[in-house]
Amino acid sequence: MTTPIVQDRDRARESLRTMWRIRRFEEAVEDLYGRGLMHGTMHLSIGQEAVPTAACQALNRDDYITSTHRGHGHCIAKGADLERMMAELLAKETGYCRGRGGSMHIADTETGNLGANGIVAGGVPIAAGAALSAKLRGTGQVALAFHGDGAMGEGAWHEGVVLAAMWQLPVVFLCENNLYGMSMSSERAFNLPQLSDRAKGYGIPGVTVDGNDLQAVYDVTAEAVERARNGGGPTFIEAKTYRWRGHSKSDKNLYRTREEIDEWRLKDPIVRFELETVEAGTLSEADLEAVRDEVRTELRGAVQRANAAPDARPDDLLASVYAEVGA
Amino acid sequence: MSTELTGQQSLPLAKAINAGLRQAMLDDEKVLLLGEDIGPLGGVFRVTEGLHAEFGGNRVLDTPLAESGIIGSAIGLAMRGYRPVCEIQFDGFIYPGFDQITSQLAKLTNRHQGSQAFPVVIRVPYGGHIGAVEHHQESPEAYFAHTAGLRVLSPSTPHDGYWMIQEAIRSNDPVMFFEPKSRYWPKGVVDFDANRTPTHASRVVRTGTDVTVVGHGAMVSVLLQAAEIAEQEGTSIEVVDLRSLSPVDYAPLVASVSKTGRLVVAQEAPQHVSLGSEIAATIAERCYYSLEAPVLRVSGFDTPFPPAKVESIYLPDADRVLEAVDRALAY
Repeated sequence: MTTPIVQDRDRARESLRTMWRIRRFEEAVEDLYGRGLMHGTMHLSIGQEAVPTAACQALNRDDYITSTHRGHGHCIAKGADLERMMAELLAKETGYCRGRGGSMHIADTETGNLGANGIVAGGVPIAAGAALSAKLRGTGQVALAFHGDGAMGEGAWHEGVVLAAMWQLPVVFLCENNLYGMSMSSERAFNLPQLSDRAKGYGIPGVTVDGNDLQAVYDVTAEAVERARNGGGPTFIEAKTYRWRGHSKSDKNLYRTREEIDEWRLKDPIVRFELETVEAGTLSEADLEAVRDEVRTELRGAVQRANAAPDARPDDLLASVYAEVGA
Repeated sequence: MSTELTGQQSLPLAKAINAGLRQAMLDDEKVLLLGEDIGPLGGVFRVTEGLHAEFGGNRVLDTPLAESGIIGSAIGLAMRGYRPVCEIQFDGFIYPGFDQITSQLAKLTNRHQGSQAFPVVIRVPYGGHIGAVEHHQESPEAYFAHTAGLRVLSPSTPHDGYWMIQEAIRSNDPVMFFEPKSRYWPKGVVDFDANRTPTHASRVVRTGTDVTVVGHGAMVSVLLQAAEIAEQEGTSIEVVDLRSLSPVDYAPLVASVSKTGRLVVAQEAPQHVSLGSEIAATIAERCYYSLEAPVLRVSGFDTPFPPAKVESIYLPDADRVLEAVDRALAY
């Protein structure tokens, strides 16, 4: 049994650093939108930071993930560069997709991030395909498909899981159940006590876990990744968590109560983990402050440099529609 | 079976595409096939016959009935260096995979700004003439030609089938490869020693002077038949085979219409907002001063594909093409 993260000084610091990077990145994004400096739309995962942070710790750098419209946390946890991400959201030439993708479409194949997606289950069969490639090549790599509860109503989710189960692919389907698909509560949408009950119907293991408990998410993901790497096939994980902000910019939160949101804010996964590390005597208050300061400085620099980068140019908008010229 | 095919051979289109797939698999071990019943069965139209036995189950993968899953998996495979070729069993079965094609595959080259290629080929047996009604005889090419980021090809002969499928697989762009299923069985000469022809090249397949007719896939044989009949009546028809439906290679067509001054566009698909309509508009713009008559379209009707008994009314035949040719000449 490996040492719990909360007792491991380096990993505890790293976990907190990742969660703070996600939180501060998204707060900065929210601020930039609010001030009219960023355009389009965006989906924030504030309150859900423990899930990608823990899940990506269970993956190697060359393992794959597919991400979602609410994907900043996945990118950051898999190792993306904050400045290039911020530049992407600000539609700058220095962004991951030269400013053409924006918030919902960041891809960073160098860190194994095969891409975020505006279609909620869109990445699920793509992850199955990446896992199939790993199996055919015999590389031992694993693919992890992040998706939300809403994705589990879409056909692509079903088809991706069917293929993965049939071929026993090295893939983990990780559902971040934040309790709402926009305004539709997952309780109402799915006639199941827990979403992991569905796994049985596909002939794969399924587990539900407290998504705000970093260690618990890590444990179930590590077990699933291990099984996948050893030829044991796919696993479905439901991590129950909560998004503090609305679905997107336009959300007026008419489908849930202020009390419910406040109740979940008390379950803040970052505060919870900070307390756990202090109680365990692993990190001091000064250590925690140092992590926060470090992230604040890093992010300020990322925003400044991204802002100063050249804007995405419209003159070659047609240049990358096809890989090959000759049309 | 020898590994290299040489010389010329008379083959049906299904066997020619089979030979092309085989050659592509021999040339590049990253080429693999995915689809429903394509393994030991060889596919509904037997286009993959023998390939499972020769290359094994890791190169020829039978999938469940899951078009979205097939295409999504192909995207993931392509991102990791493979060149997957998906078979969609019938034209009407493409729609369950539509989202993965248009929302994902078509957009990803642009998303990655050229840093990642998406060499996925999606083979679709399409079109009418086999009495198989809706969901099995449709012509959905225009949906994909309308989508930026996809290449759309359709061979009309066994020779083109053999070469174009290899070029499609070689392309670093996603290719929708529409195979005219009614042409799977008639034989034609395949020249295995021919020089590679670029896929993005429409071609004059019969020269003439009075009227140009253009089409693709199974329609090309109908147009050639119409040209034969017209010749006996003293009318000289030039026939152009589009081959690439997106992007369209307009140069040969523009040259032809500049010469004849008249154009009839023929297609099996319903007419409203169709590929034929786009071609008519483009030629009207580019050949305005050469045109002696409006560009006319001959199409399927704006209905779901009809029952087998009346499909011959729905599908344009030589008579309907010639009726349009006569109207064009009457201006």
